[in-house]
Amino acid sequence: MIKKLLATAALTAIMAVSAFAADDKPAIVFDIGGKFDKSFNESMFNGSEKFKAESGVAYGEFEIANEAQREQAIRNFADQGYSPIIAAGFAQAAAVEKVAKEYPDLKFAIVDMVVDLPNVQSIVFKEQEGSYLVGMLAGMASKSGTVGFVGGMDIPLIRRFGCGYAQGVKAVKADAKVIQNMTGDTGAAWNDPVKGGEITKGQMSQGADVVFAAAGGTGLGVLQAAADGGALSIGVDANQNHLHPGKVLTSMLKRVDVAVYNVMKSGKDGAFKPGIQALGLAEDGVGYAVDDNNKALITAEMAAAAEKAKTDIISGAIKVHDYMEDNKCPVE
Amino acid sequence: MANARGELPTWVDIGLIPLLNLFIALLVAGLVVLIIGENPLEAMWIMLKGAVGSIKGWGYVLYYATNFIFTGLAVSVAFHAGLFNIGGEGQAYFAGLGAAIVGLSLEFLPWPIVIPLAILASILFGAFWAWIPGYLQAKRGSHIVITTIMFNFIGASLMVYLINNWFRPVGKMAVESREITGAYILSFREIGLQFFGVRLPSTPLNLTVFLAVIAVVFVWYLLWRTKLGYEIRAVGANPEAAIYAGIKPDRIIIIAMAISGGLAGLMAVNEVLGVQHRLLLEFAGGAGFVGIAVALMGRSHPVGIVFAAMLFGLLYQGGAELSFAKPLISRDMIVVIQGLVILFMGALEYAFRPTLAAIFANVED
Repeated sequence: MIKKLLATAALTAIMAVSAFAADDKPAIVFDIGGKFDKSFNESMFNGSEKFKAESGVAYGEFEIANEAQREQAIRNFADQGYSPIIAAGFAQAAAVEKVAKEYPDLKFAIVDMVVDLPNVQSIVFKEQEGSYLVGMLAGMASKSGTVGFVGGMDIPLIRRFGCGYAQGVKAVKADAKVIQNMTGDTGAAWNDPVKGGEITKGQMSQGADVVFAAAGGTGLGVLQAAADGGALSIGVDANQNHLHPGKVLTSMLKRVDVAVYNVMKSGKDGAFKPGIQALGLAEDGVGYAVDDNNKALITAEMAAAAEKAKTDIISGAIKVHDYMEDNKCPVE
Repeated sequence: MANARGELPTWVDIGLIPLLNLFIALLVAGLVVLIIGENPLEAMWIMLKGAVGSIKGWGYVLYYATNFIFTGLAVSVAFHAGLFNIGGEGQAYFAGLGAAIVGLSLEFLPWPIVIPLAILASILFGAFWAWIPGYLQAKRGSHIVITTIMFNFIGASLMVYLINNWFRPVGKMAVESREITGAYILSFREIGLQFFGVRLPSTPLNLTVFLAVIAVVFVWYLLWRTKLGYEIRAVGANPEAAIYAGIKPDRIIIIAMAISGGLAGLMAVNEVLGVQHRLLLEFAGGAGFVGIAVALMGRSHPVGIVFAAMLFGLLYQGGAELSFAKPLISRDMIVVIQGLVILFMGALEYAFRPTLAAIFANVED
């Protein structure tokens, strides 16, 4: 009896596994933040969901819980024949490199990092360009001449946001003061809205009247504290203008959702291309959000200046320094 | 703990009760799985099969267990001295610094020199990070629970700073050091390929697992076969009495904490030298905290810790396989299941004891 039960269970398990093994089904491995982080990962999750809704193709997904699972997750999907396999976040690079070498027939993609292999598409964003534009808007919207920046964890990626932002602010107000703070030194810094709010209040007490949050879930606290205290805030990654209508100046868009959607779609259509895709203003990979919620905050003059800078950055007339190039920022 | 023991036969105490608790925990976990609309039996089966049904599964289970044995032993040594070291996470994290410095800077030397040095450095760095709270407890009376948990955060801040500004190659996005290209600890997959010509599935399991076995024997020998071990246990049992026995509790507290930190530091050997071959951000990944549960469940005995570490390894690996197979069961669900196991096997360890004692009393009558 027990034997029979076990055999049935084993059979169901095998059937369950084989049902998953299908070619050309995409898979995505989310980073430690988890797919509901209201930011980077969630944006990618939305891109995947959009693909699923449009194409009707289910995708494989996994949320990492510890370092060892990165390789395990990517390898598991590769074993089952998923392709393309998308790795969310720069921390997955080593795992992607290792597994992609072992499965040259499968396609891989990584967001926020470059992995130089013939079957990997690397998608990186020029966050400094989008941050520059929102920095200009912040500089023009600020009456006090002091603006704030709240980062999540103190990592190079976030410094790149902060550096682009500071350059933008200084471009419109050379004597403006930019207060930069990071939330913390552990992964918890991405999801600590209370601390984000406290830092924002601290910056406001030093005179900041526009605060840019590049801090994942922590940013929600920044936006809240700014709205409560009568200051303006700037959202990040997704369009967060609707969170506090009329109180969020704009959002620095980083279209990871579009990137993920495109990878999945190109995989399905057989149009997948390996290599590096650096998405900046020219490619609409980054930008700033204007909608009904913040229309009144952006004057025609501000919009014109931002649009002009955008054209100049695309043409190369304005060069935004990338923090990652030399680990330095020309302005404070 | 000792006076809570009734008149139960040993096999009930160390066999039946843990199994019963595990069974109840899985039963409740099954109910949770049922509520979210999945078949609990199938879920259990996937977990079990994913963990122990293949060589790959075993590889991961033993790899996780290696980490948990180190951190579990660390907690237990401090516990025997009456200290609650909850800083295993920070001590392991900081120890990674030692492993990485030796691994990266002595790449030109052959492995028989580099590996022992790197292991020693991990132990010393981990021991140092526990020595400070130990010293503060012994000499200044700062409570060890407060200081060790604060040192977790100090360690985290320091490591982010160091990895960002010292170890990370310029222009690289990932917050990690460059790869250790010299000596590292071989994985079982590499050993299988190079020495036996067998292709094993790729798992993080590496030779550090034997270091864990050595550590288990070492802790057992230290605590129950040496003078120092006796002194540690004496201080833990009754510091006042220990003074009358000619033992200096201050000295023992500091030594016990240093040993505890050194054991936690060995976890860095597994991660930095064995698996990742680089210094990563937050590579400890919570294993330091799992060590507390492992030590409690294993009743601070090395053998118990091995079993508890294996159980947690099984839950980690089985849990990962489960969320692969069933996207509906997210990783947070897995944490719930693990939490239930800790609740019933740790906190409610003696919940069924009175009932069982009554039953056995009746049987004997």
